[in-house]
Amino acid sequence: MTASSPRTTPSFPRTSPPTAVGGAVPLPMPKFAAAARSALADTGQRRSLRVAVAAAREREAAAAAELSDWDELRETGRAVGDATLLDLDAHLETLERAVTEAGGTVHWAADADEARAIVTGLVRAAGADEVVKASSATLREIGLTDALADAGVTVHETALADLVVRLGDDEPSHLLSPALHRDRAEIRELFLRNMIMSAPPADADSGSEAGDGTASDDPAALAAAARAHLRERFLRARVGVTGANFLVAETGTLVVLESEGNARMCATLPDTLITVAGIDKVVPTWADMEVFLQLLPRSSSGDRMTPYVASWSGVTPGDGPRAFHLVLLDNGRTRALADEVGRAALRCVRCSACMNVCPVYERTGGRAYGPVHPGPIGAILTPQLRGVDGAAEASLPYASTLCGACADVCPVKIDIPEVLVHLRGLVVESRRRRPVPTPELALMRGLAWTMADPRRHETALRRGTRWARLLSRGGRIRRLPGLLGKWTEARDLPAPPAESFRAWWTRSRT
Amino acid sequence: MTSAGGPVGAGSRAEVLRRVREALGGARGPRPPVPRRYARRLTDAEAGTRADVLALFTERVADNRAAVRHVSADELGTAVAAALWGREARQIVVPADLPFGWLAELDGVRALADAPAVDIGTLAAVDAAVTGCAVAVAQTGTIVLDGGRAQGRRALTLVPGYHLCVVHADQIVGTVPEAVERLDPARPLTWISGPSATHGIEMVRVEGVHGPRHLEVLVVED
Ligand code: SF4
Repeated sequence: MTASSPRTTPSFPRTSPPTAVGGAVPLPMPKFAAAARSALADTGQRRSLRVAVAAAREREAAAAAELSDWDELRETGRAVGDATLLDLDAHLETLERAVTEAGGTVHWAADADEARAIVTGLVRAAGADEVVKASSATLREIGLTDALADAGVTVHETALADLVVRLGDDEPSHLLSPALHRDRAEIRELFLRNMIMSAPPADADSGSEAGDGTASDDPAALAAAARAHLRERFLRARVGVTGANFLVAETGTLVVLESEGNARMCATLPDTLITVAGIDKVVPTWADMEVFLQLLPRSSSGDRMTPYVASWSGVTPGDGPRAFHLVLLDNGRTRALADEVGRAALRCVRCSACMNVCPVYERTGGRAYGPVHPGPIGAILTPQLRGVDGAAEASLPYASTLCGACADVCPVKIDIPEVLVHLRGLVVESRRRRPVPTPELALMRGLAWTMADPRRHETALRRGTRWARLLSRGGRIRRLPGLLGKWTEARDLPAPPAESFRAWWTRSRT
Repeated sequence: MTSAGGPVGAGSRAEVLRRVREALGGARGPRPPVPRRYARRLTDAEAGTRADVLALFTERVADNRAAVRHVSADELGTAVAAALWGREARQIVVPADLPFGWLAELDGVRALADAPAVDIGTLAAVDAAVTGCAVAVAQTGTIVLDGGRAQGRRALTLVPGYHLCVVHADQIVGTVPEAVERLDPARPLTWISGPSATHGIEMVRVEGVHGPRHLEVLVVED
């Protein structure tokens, strides 16, 4: 390999995170490393992410430490999850029966396409041209907003952060705080531009092109503006769409945890309620909720209890929607289920605790992981849901230092590092079947050959040092040449010292 | 929609179930037991007496940034009136079966009973809702409504900006498992632990985004 290969040019910044354009599905997704590089370059985002994540981490730790039986709860959470998956078919049928008996209708979607078609059809059948939508990773996963928009249905995002993300045409940056990448001034701009709030008449001086001092960018004022804007939509909406945190099979009960009240509104005020949930959200019995209602709030927001927990079984005459539809979604979950090691990821209750302790996530933020499931859980869930044939999915199991912090906090004891290593094996396996070996494989073979012989090793070191110092700028190497470039996609290397340790050792000993 | 073969509207029911069965394989092995060694009741250290449980509930409700006051049964009417007066509530909505005594001391407040059902526009225009609850949880400072006596339908405690909730001391249990045990999941349940809140902008906490901005709890001790 030579240093003058065209590939040595630092190709930075390579790409920005994808925005879901036009089409229905946010399918194309950059490799983790490429997406991470642009996030890493944004120092402002890195700082706010670090502060936010540290605060969340402390709250969660305190909330867990307060319960003396925390470990027993986690152990039960794990065991309930495993047991549920082992009889998932039976639980799903029980759930369907119970929901139907309670007056609801159950639909089954094999993939995102089908889920979108079912929901779109239900919205049309209800004769609605707009819906109010609550925050949900599952709804994002199936690309529902764009699909409904394509069908001529206006979708009102009702969670404050989702509204911001939607207005900015961004991808969410954090599971619990999707608009973390926007500061208050930017949000104010978005709100003004989209007429969610209006600037007071600029009577005093018309030349205030600085734009400040007119409409407040205080978070409380911004939230109040969003409340007033969305209130109207809630009051007239005929269809609400939500996700769910849990589906209780035995009783046909859906459980949603939230803090703003927008999900309660979506689930209560419209005539028709449509809920889309993964088949992995099932728990067998109502009594199991006594465990998850302790685990999830404490590990997601650090609350003893999330401000609102809403549950419903089918429809209740005189209270809430007259029609209720539950769409059960597979979309790759059965693929994960088939893997005895990887299946553990389906226990996930989407609390985000693993993200807040992850050193990689803390620096790159959520968007580098692709559009749906960020953080350590995304690194094990996304490749399983979508397979590891794509470069982006295959890169995710490597987005980790295997430090194990995630497994320690996970309320359902998912051993994320174990699954990561397992998936890396699957990636290597799927690559081995390809005609051309990957650079990593070729490199490791080359290294093995070089290092097996001391003389070859020393020559290589001497040469390598010279090339490396030529490559570096200000003592940092941004991009290794040729095949080695992979390793520096999201890392800078310090330039090696002029003399290797081996050379120094030999010199100073003689 | 690829609902080939299945009943109309069911979508890919058979296909999804088939995939689940295939993924799990034929021999699933013995089901490992589910251990349940967590606490179902508060320990003596947490709350040894009934009074301790009430004190814990009060402390935790306050932690959740809701106002909380203890009143005796014969003070309740006055306390409700005072709370509404304090928030300048002129028009309120109440479930049709709210005990009459709770509102006996109101002065200058118009109370709408939700029977027949108040329309949504009116609901959005009233200042407050007054209800009871089904269960309350000391450990988490939570009140739970199930649409039963003195609670009304869900929209009542969702749309108005201020929710005043009356909790009888004997409705307060220690832990989440005790509450789950007492509740009937066939009814629509709402667990409320503080006012509506968001951290959506710069992770700064703001109260009252969509649900009630203020929650106030009156604990009635006999
Ligand atoms: S993997 Fe565990 S810690 Fe991470 S989001 Fe899921 S449940 Fe929470």
